[in-house]
Amino acid sequence: MNFNWDVFWQYLLQPSGVYLTGLWLTCLISVLAMVLGCVLGLAAALMRLSRNPLLNLPVRFYVWLMRGTPLLVQIVFLYTALAAGGIFRFEDVELFGLVVPGNIQAAIIALGLNEGAYMAEIIRAGIGAVDKGQYEAGRSLGMTFAKLMRRIVLPQAFRVIVPPLGNEFNVMLKNTTLVSVIGVQELLLSTQMVTSATFRVFELYLVVAIYFLLLTTLWGFFQRWLEARFGQSDRPAPPAAGSRMFGRGTLKLLRGR
Amino acid sequence: MAHKSEELIIEALDIHKSFGDLEILKGISLQVRRGEVVVLIGASGSGKTTFIRCINLLEDIQGGRIRVNGRSMGYRERADGSLVRDSERNIARQRRDIGMVFQRFNLFPHMTALENIIEAPIQVLGVPRAEALEQARALLARVGLADKAMHYPSMLSGGQQQRVAIARALAMKPQAMLFDEPTSALDPETVGEVLQVMKQLADDGMTMVVVTHEMGFAREVADRVVVLDQGELIEQGPPEQIFSRPTHPRTRAFLSRVL
Repeated sequence: MNFNWDVFWQYLLQPSGVYLTGLWLTCLISVLAMVLGCVLGLAAALMRLSRNPLLNLPVRFYVWLMRGTPLLVQIVFLYTALAAGGIFRFEDVELFGLVVPGNIQAAIIALGLNEGAYMAEIIRAGIGAVDKGQYEAGRSLGMTFAKLMRRIVLPQAFRVIVPPLGNEFNVMLKNTTLVSVIGVQELLLSTQMVTSATFRVFELYLVVAIYFLLLTTLWGFFQRWLEARFGQSDRPAPPAAGSRMFGRGTLKLLRGR
Repeated sequence: MAHKSEELIIEALDIHKSFGDLEILKGISLQVRRGEVVVLIGASGSGKTTFIRCINLLEDIQGGRIRVNGRSMGYRERADGSLVRDSERNIARQRRDIGMVFQRFNLFPHMTALENIIEAPIQVLGVPRAEALEQARALLARVGLADKAMHYPSMLSGGQQQRVAIARALAMKPQAMLFDEPTSALDPETVGEVLQVMKQLADDGMTMVVVTHEMGFAREVADRVVVLDQGELIEQGPPEQIFSRPTHPRTRAFLSRVL
């Protein structure tokens, strides 16, 4: 068998700068695309609930389109095909003194757009799981639709949404490998670059697989913690702060606690 | 009772309501004066729950008018007499005047009893938090649950939840309260505590419309008992008249089944 343990251990334990950049990009793109997906998904889910066809038809079209075409095609279409057609070209932009290359922007937007369609369905199901009596109670207290959603329905829907949301992020971490086709140097493309120089394909692909396993396993621990804190359960909700969307608990969570 | 006046709080005129082809309410009119306690009785399916849900617009109506405190609720009348639904914002504003208590309590499960009560005053009326909290504690004491402020609904019995729900509705300082079978989902041993709170409320002069199967409550607390049958108001009057000398044969048939 052609397997060099030294190369394997070296790249696993002392990854080169190229690898670390790839790891960093994978995480960054995953998180930003997920945030974009959640925002789009929430907007789409709320529009989809409307009885007005001007609001819900575009959403149905969007979900149909995103779920009906391969993500890889969407990525290439957004970055390469639109530019080739002379319709839109992603340019590098400078943000806070940092140059963000066009292909990274395209990667985040493509993954986020795709994720938004799936999140829309997840959030819609979460909202649908909230008891009708909750709406009636809120309405009878004089709440408008926006207030009812923000204060009563979404915090309860959030508990139903958390478990599938965790799974979506797991999928997102792995889907970032697809943006290697538009030249974003995430983990997979970093690996490809190193293999083309060293020809140690077996060892390096094993390393990249282990890296992804590590990422998804770490996320798994975090996900279990999330579910214990916010997920649906029979026991009463945790005291005050944790139970409300955008409450203190969530902010703590966003800060990484 | 002592607080009654001639001032009309709720006026429902010729209310028609259908679900598809099924006509649930066939032109019901009801007037409720300030401080009056009106109890609606009737067989299930007679339309009494639907009727009080129409009063605060949880159900659309196909015909008729509703006025609360002299102001038209939810609909504007076109020149040809047809009804147009008012804007969501106006309807939300009008609902503040009417408190509602539901059969299944509908407390917000992600909030404590205290948070349930302060939610609408703060979010809808813009009451300062400190003031809302003070008022909420007073209301909890009034329904006998001062020690349950920090409890979540899932930690409370049905009767306790319903009393919190009553306090929550009262926190909006409504002109009138609607009760939709408030004791039907309760264990028998907790029915009494809820009826006690409602009786206290009636004695304090609150205007109340109550849908219930508790004939004892109707007899003791109601100023007027209204009998619905198959979407029509067939008889109304003081409780002693309705229970002792009902005139309509269908009232007699209904009472003989439940008493």
